Amino acid sequence: MKYIKQFSIITFISLIGEALNHLIPLPVPASIYGVVILFCCLEFKIIPLAAVKETWLFLVSIMQILFIPATVGLIDTWDVFAPNWLAYTVIIILSTFMVMLISGKVTQGIIRLGQKKEAKKNA
Amino acid sequence: MREFLENSMFFGVFLTLLAYCIGLFVQKKLKHMLFNPLLIAIILTIVALLVLDIDYDTYYDGAKYLSYLLTPATVCLAIPLYEQFELLKKNYKAVLCGIASGILTCLVSVFLLALLFRLDHATYVTLLPKSITTAIGMGISEELGGYVSITIAAIILSGILGNIFAASFCKLFKITEPIAVGVAIGTSSHAIGTTKALEIGAVEGAMSSLSIVVAGLLTVIGAPIFANFIA
Repeated sequence: MKYIKQFSIITFISLIGEALNHLIPLPVPASIYGVVILFCCLEFKIIPLAAVKETWLFLVSIMQILFIPATVGLIDTWDVFAPNWLAYTVIIILSTFMVMLISGKVTQGIIRLGQKKEAKKNA
Repeated sequence: MREFLENSMFFGVFLTLLAYCIGLFVQKKLKHMLFNPLLIAIILTIVALLVLDIDYDTYYDGAKYLSYLLTPATVCLAIPLYEQFELLKKNYKAVLCGIASGILTCLVSVFLLALLFRLDHATYVTLLPKSITTAIGMGISEELGGYVSITIAAIILSGILGNIFAASFCKLFKITEPIAVGVAIGTSSHAIGTTKALEIGAVEGAMSSLSIVVAGLLTVIGAPIFANFIA
């Protein structure tokens, strides 16, 4: 019964997300609207965390597997990928690591700056 | 035998789960980051389809029930975010600047490398949304006139790169603040990276989840502007 209730809540939020995706002409998918809706429901105490907890833990534990079917679809795009494969590969690898480096360093830099200011204030 | 497999309802899901179990087993035995269960599962599934001579559509007909759960699973990423909201409020400037700088880096790096490789407009815009979640990236690519199937491939490959290398990459470049690690993973490799961030820790997972949403929305705004730079 617990799982049925929890799954109902999560699929209902997904459904509202789908409806918003259908109504609003932006390339924002149902899942992103869903994240915002669920977050607001939790934050404004409309839904207690206990009402979705076990289903959340289950879905998170299997999430990696959910990406496999779409990824295996790479075999069908190979023909389009092949002529420019070198450019695609280099761009994907370089750009992914550059994004990781810059976003991580900027975040960390600003946090550390804040900590230093705080330390000075307290000193 | 082949005819049976092609009509089977459970073959696709079973093959996927089996491949992932083997992946988990191999990682447990060999304990090296390159033996990533997700990567092993993808390779094994592709090899199995090629060897058994089953085409992708047939496989996907069964395996689509796994993809079906992606939306509810993504919705649940709101929960780690909710649990870490106090920490986020305290550090919102750092987090937002980090994500914004990451997306700018993505757009600029794709633009410069596209110039270097003399890519045409369609190929260039195909890669612009490469570091955000598939559903948003597909929409952007389509709108800008890119090759949607390659955008999906690029997005997935970026995600897998993050999933495999993010932890050691952050260590190597001394990104040690859990918040910064989460932002780095989520901004560069969306939900596929986030599954790894959640394994590393609760704060990393929450910040990575948030980065998916913010990075996606920033790319919706930024990609159409950058698309004009190569005609």
